[in-house]
Amino acid sequence: MASGNRSQAAQGLGLIAPPLGYAVLVLAAPLLTILAYSFFKDGYLTVIREFTLENYRAVWSDPIFHKIMLRSLGVAALVTLVTVVLAFPVAYFLSFAVDPRKKSMWLFLITIPFWTSYLIRVFLWKVILGYNGVINSGLKSLGIIEQPLTFILYNVNSMVLTLAHAYAPFAILPIFIALEKIDRSLLEAGRDLGESRAMTFWRVTLPLAMPGVVAAALIVFIPTIGDYVTPALIGGGKIPMIANMIQSQMLDQDNRPMGSALAVTAMLIVALLSLVFVALNRRFLKVRQ
Amino acid sequence: MSQSQKTTAAHRAAMAGAKPMIECRQVQKYYGDYHALRGIDLTIRAGEFFSLLGPSGCGKTTLLRTIAGFEDISSGVVLIDGQDMEGVPANRRPTNMVFQSYAIFPHLTVAENVGFGLRRDPRSKAEKAAAVEEALAMVGLKGYGARASHALSGGQRQRVALARALILKPKVLLLDEPLSALDRKMREQMQVELIKLQRQVGITFVLVTHDQEEALVMSDRIAVMFEGQIAQLDGPEALYARPTSRRVANFIGVMNFLPTRVLGETLSGVEVEVPGLGRVEIPAANVSHADPGDDGPSVGFRPEAVSLVSAGAPGQARVAEGVVDEVVYYGDMTYYDVRLDGSAGFDGQARPVRIAMRNVFGREVQDVGTRANVSWSPGSLVLFR
Amino acid sequence: MKGGGLRAYAIAYLLFLYAPILLLPVFAFNSGTIIAFPLKEFTTQWFAQMAENASLRRALLNSLTIAVCSSVFATCLGIFAARASTRFAFPAKGPIMGLIMLPLVLPEIIVSISLLVVLLSVGVKLSILTVMLGHTLICMPYATVILSTAFNSLDRSLEEAAYDLGETRWSAFRLVILPLVMPGIISSLLMSFTISLDEFIIAFFLAGNEPTLPTYIFSQLRFPKQIPMIMALGTVLVVMSILLLSVAEYFRRRGIAKTGAKDTGGFL
Repeated sequence: MASGNRSQAAQGLGLIAPPLGYAVLVLAAPLLTILAYSFFKDGYLTVIREFTLENYRAVWSDPIFHKIMLRSLGVAALVTLVTVVLAFPVAYFLSFAVDPRKKSMWLFLITIPFWTSYLIRVFLWKVILGYNGVINSGLKSLGIIEQPLTFILYNVNSMVLTLAHAYAPFAILPIFIALEKIDRSLLEAGRDLGESRAMTFWRVTLPLAMPGVVAAALIVFIPTIGDYVTPALIGGGKIPMIANMIQSQMLDQDNRPMGSALAVTAMLIVALLSLVFVALNRRFLKVRQ
Repeated sequence: MSQSQKTTAAHRAAMAGAKPMIECRQVQKYYGDYHALRGIDLTIRAGEFFSLLGPSGCGKTTLLRTIAGFEDISSGVVLIDGQDMEGVPANRRPTNMVFQSYAIFPHLTVAENVGFGLRRDPRSKAEKAAAVEEALAMVGLKGYGARASHALSGGQRQRVALARALILKPKVLLLDEPLSALDRKMREQMQVELIKLQRQVGITFVLVTHDQEEALVMSDRIAVMFEGQIAQLDGPEALYARPTSRRVANFIGVMNFLPTRVLGETLSGVEVEVPGLGRVEIPAANVSHADPGDDGPSVGFRPEAVSLVSAGAPGQARVAEGVVDEVVYYGDMTYYDVRLDGSAGFDGQARPVRIAMRNVFGREVQDVGTRANVSWSPGSLVLFR
Repeated sequence: MKGGGLRAYAIAYLLFLYAPILLLPVFAFNSGTIIAFPLKEFTTQWFAQMAENASLRRALLNSLTIAVCSSVFATCLGIFAARASTRFAFPAKGPIMGLIMLPLVLPEIIVSISLLVVLLSVGVKLSILTVMLGHTLICMPYATVILSTAFNSLDRSLEEAAYDLGETRWSAFRLVILPLVMPGIISSLLMSFTISLDEFIIAFFLAGNEPTLPTYIFSQLRFPKQIPMIMALGTVLVVMSILLLSVAEYFRRRGIAKTGAKDTGGFL
């Protein structure tokens, strides 16, 4: 509109200024501070503003960091695999079998648990899986087992289960959206050209759904790797992941440069892995957009 | 109103002397590097039904939005009723717009939509309500005021949009592809209604359309636009019969083109030789100098400007002979592609011409391969040189 | 019925999703002090105990204050961001919107720790205000997404029509745009409120000594005898969340119906 001579760009920038300013102040500036800290020296309870790569050298040569980072990556990868594989059939069902009028109801049902107190849900898994938990006490009272099952308790398995449950809706939505975008006549064309239902799925549906699967994998992988609550509650603090390590360096040991270097390193590794993952998928699937 | 009783011809005659309502002088519009309007010079007269016609991206909508005040112009002058519109925002211009999507406010009733622009009107509530009722009656929606606007059909939305704009008694009503969302039947009905309405209110209408038929049916004058420029500005008949360029000719209906050799100027026109038709003198009024194109000079004629006649029919001006190449039957019309004898031309390439014949009672449809005579007259040829 | 096997799987999956939540009320009304089978008697004592708990009341008050303020701030910022991104083209739009949306994919531990470091080094005292700061940041992307859908489903010529009919830019916004995106605004407020109310990590790091509901719950989890009460509290929270989300969903759908647009699915 031509009232005054303010251009589109100026109006747009004017409008975006408040949220942008907020994001810069509360998000970008702190992230940059962390980045700067990671190159500073640690004095006891203070930070010495002197450039050094010592923090990174320490992080990379620390066997504990290796162990925890690998564990975090392993847990996150496993959670991602489990969630995506479990979610795909649900997304497929939603997109292809559910009456269009009922789709938003199903989506709503699936997203609701995601928005209900994360902390309580994680804690509930501890209650369910615990030594005297719901499963063990239930099985015992039914006389199926004598001794409590221990393989479900305070270990990586229980963490994977808890996290897979927590991020399930996040995996369904992107896959569902990708499936919804597939032109149904493409599938009919596949069948028309002589392919079986299964082969049509393999040669048409799956490749076209791949962008959604990739998005789902990333959207689960990234927050999972930085999860703090699950290791703290389910792992009983004995099997920390990278978030717990960062917190402990930053606050318990008050070594901010070291903690910052840890955080930056972890972010870099995750970003790098995500990029490689996306690039590999593009390369092998040749599916774009 | 006596004005509404006028015939189209009489209306146009009256318009010819009317004062200018919109004047564009050297209007230029850039979007970044994109040159959307390339020097528009245009005068639209008061009370005229004027159309901007062209393919998508030709700048017609930009020009309309420039007049409405939704777009700034990069340079040039836009006058409405003699007043410079520089710096006058859309809400203070004496124009109102009917949008392509109609832009009916979905949260308001029909009456609230129509009365939307009266918010600042000093009249009493009752007077405003009466004005709304009157505007609704004018577009044939009497009694629809209390309805929810999202339940309306396409045609009804269009009428609400018209009433909402006309209630403010603008000097100019701008219509942006107002009929494109309607189905064919409804569109044809609305075309007639819009003409009636325009005659009745006497307001200047400026219509943007990409549909040549729509422009021909409704307009007093039409500006054909290509690439941000006006290619031709004329009345419907002149535009159709005497396009000044091959591009305009092609955009408005179908035209046959035959390569031509210019022999020389005569007192009353230009003498040419056309393979298949022979030597012809084209009247000066039918000679266009605008757009010779890459192919050199050519003559053009409309499919219905010539006719297929049985051999030896008397009283025809000129007759060329040929063979029917293709027959396409349309029910009311039949299209024939006829290869004229000797039409291979200077480059040896055969160019069948398309002929349209109305299927009147008793006239047989010809078969492919039959010999045919084509009757034509020099007055129906247009020369592009 | 279409997709029989798939349907059975989907229902089983839903059960898996809801299983832990369904256990909440079971143990909240169970008189046993240990969360285990077999169940004892029905009781409401845990709810009564919850109602009498003073530090819980304080945590609730804090949480409500934070959630109300954060949702209002986030929604206001979201209106600006959504309006700018759906209506205008401006330089560096991609990176700018990327930064605003970044908290969606950034682990909260990074957001909270980095913010904490800055706040401490600047010398800001930790309080519920600092939690609001963080919650507004993480709610802003959700608000922006919800409001963008609302703004996007608006035909741009509606606004131009109002302007053309003599309204000013601001009155056109007030009379046409605002009423039409109002369901989106309400939906965004409720959504942000729910997120803030449930959020733990940021509150854990930035609240200082002030408890919020999630941090209070976290602190009580160490004491086995508090667990039944926490189950009761969890029941209340889950019921509240579902209620708020249902209302948010209702408004989101009503907004879509109002503008006559097509429903493209749920949140996100």
